[in-house]
Amino acid sequence: MISAEKEILPILNQQELYTVEPTHLHVASSDIVETIDVNVFYGDFHALKDVNLAIKKNSVTALIGPSGCGKTTFLRLLNRMNDYIPSHMVRGKVLINGVDIYRDKIEIEQLRKEVGMVFQKPNPFPKSIFENVAYGLRIQGIKDKHLIHERVINAIQQVGLWNEVKDNLRKNALALSGGQQQRVCIARTLAVEPDIILMDEPTSALDPISTSRIEELILQLKQKYTIIIVTHNMQQASRISDTTAFFYLGELIEVGKTTDIFTNPRNERTERYITGRFG
Amino acid sequence: MNNQVKNRIKDKLFSIWGWISVSIGIVALAVFIIDILFDGLPVLSFRFLTSLPSRIPEKAGIFTAMMGTVWIFILTAVIAFPLGVASGVYLEEYGIKNRLSKLLEINIANLAGVPSIIYGLLGLEIFVRIFRLGNSILAGSLTLALLILPIIIVSTREAIKAVPQSLRDASYALGATKWQTIWYQVLPASFGGILTGVILALSRAIGEAAPLIVVGALAYVPFAPTSPMDNFSVLPIQIFNWISRPQKGFIQNAAAAIIVLLIITFLLNGIAMYMRNRWQRKMKI
Repeated sequence: MISAEKEILPILNQQELYTVEPTHLHVASSDIVETIDVNVFYGDFHALKDVNLAIKKNSVTALIGPSGCGKTTFLRLLNRMNDYIPSHMVRGKVLINGVDIYRDKIEIEQLRKEVGMVFQKPNPFPKSIFENVAYGLRIQGIKDKHLIHERVINAIQQVGLWNEVKDNLRKNALALSGGQQQRVCIARTLAVEPDIILMDEPTSALDPISTSRIEELILQLKQKYTIIIVTHNMQQASRISDTTAFFYLGELIEVGKTTDIFTNPRNERTERYITGRFG
Repeated sequence: MNNQVKNRIKDKLFSIWGWISVSIGIVALAVFIIDILFDGLPVLSFRFLTSLPSRIPEKAGIFTAMMGTVWIFILTAVIAFPLGVASGVYLEEYGIKNRLSKLLEINIANLAGVPSIIYGLLGLEIFVRIFRLGNSILAGSLTLALLILPIIIVSTREAIKAVPQSLRDASYALGATKWQTIWYQVLPASFGGILTGVILALSRAIGEAAPLIVVGALAYVPFAPTSPMDNFSVLPIQIFNWISRPQKGFIQNAAAAIIVLLIITFLLNGIAMYMRNRWQRKMKI
């Protein structure tokens, strides 16, 4: 699928590429994220090998695979969170909205406003619920109280937390339950109004009820955002994702429509993994 | 079976050994405090706190020494706190981790163990002579600030190290810069630990006599200091001076001054613990 697109591109007339309305250019324009021959190294360790993956706007993409297969590395590649690991090196292209985030001159802080992230364990700041959600706006230097208030409330409403917390927005976020904390973390990400939200096993520390609420939320958020989620839970991947990508030992083994991957995997390793025979 | 009995005996023996060790410390401290209270309490009065030093024990008071200690405490805190915390933050967050930084780390830890009189000599040369600050409160405070900097740096680094990575990740992922992450997340989360280190260091500083004697603090100062450039005395020096006199009256004065110094230290530590606990409660829920 990816290679097919890459072959089509050169065939298109260059002139056409510039004149045609972006929305009509299905091949190039709907991919909000595209990686081309991406390799990641941690010192001698080759963590990602020639990964080519394109992700469509307003879709949910699940990254699956056994532990240590590179799916979290791939996720953190997209908002440059791996930069903090010493001896970390990236080769190849990582395009977000057509910009190569490792080669082109970009502000890393700006990138992270466009590509938000939700972590495995809920990690709210030890501040009030309101201040947690407002943090991303305050660090941008936004001083307008009405704007902050509006965006914070909007974000809390989007994650379905409003009725639970509307009377105590000043309460410390750490006093909330795990599931509520994780929704505060999602609200905090939404308040910055990103295009893409990366989620690194966002429900693995939560109980089943909180998990299903987060899953419903992800399906709603798809309307406005592009979501890329790492999960160890096969049912979760099949419930919420449009596209599934299977990683194994640093390679992208197979990527396709979730229904295809789960009913009719092309690769034998994918099949063995999703049926639980290894991993 | 036999082995089990042996282990139990060892267990018992160690707990007895530990109990004795603790008791020795507590008994020694208790004897010291009771002795001091017997000698000092009868002398301790409002007059004693507000009188100037004198040749006659009954007229002598600790007003100048106490004001000197307050001046030294505040100035030392103002100098050492920003320098120490900034150094700790830099070394932990910005400094490149290599063999040189490792060496630096070991040296800072070593500096915390250097005898205070050595710092006094350093202060005498640099602040009193080269900077021409004279035998002033400022020279004394700068010297004490140097003395406690290693303690503050080390405790700042430890406190910062204890901040979970997940907190930094959360901040960075929202587009915060390194400085914003440090200022809004790392420092508030570690402030309780930093404060503890700073207060412990400061309560050590106000108990010091040796480096201040070298820098030129006087035993007899007729007036309480009014500016950082004034001559000064501090409680430990006043105590040291009185103890070396032959008259019984001065020994009692020394005991009373020790009580005052103990109370000041106790209060400072109390305030520190209160602030730390309050801060940590706020950070935890």
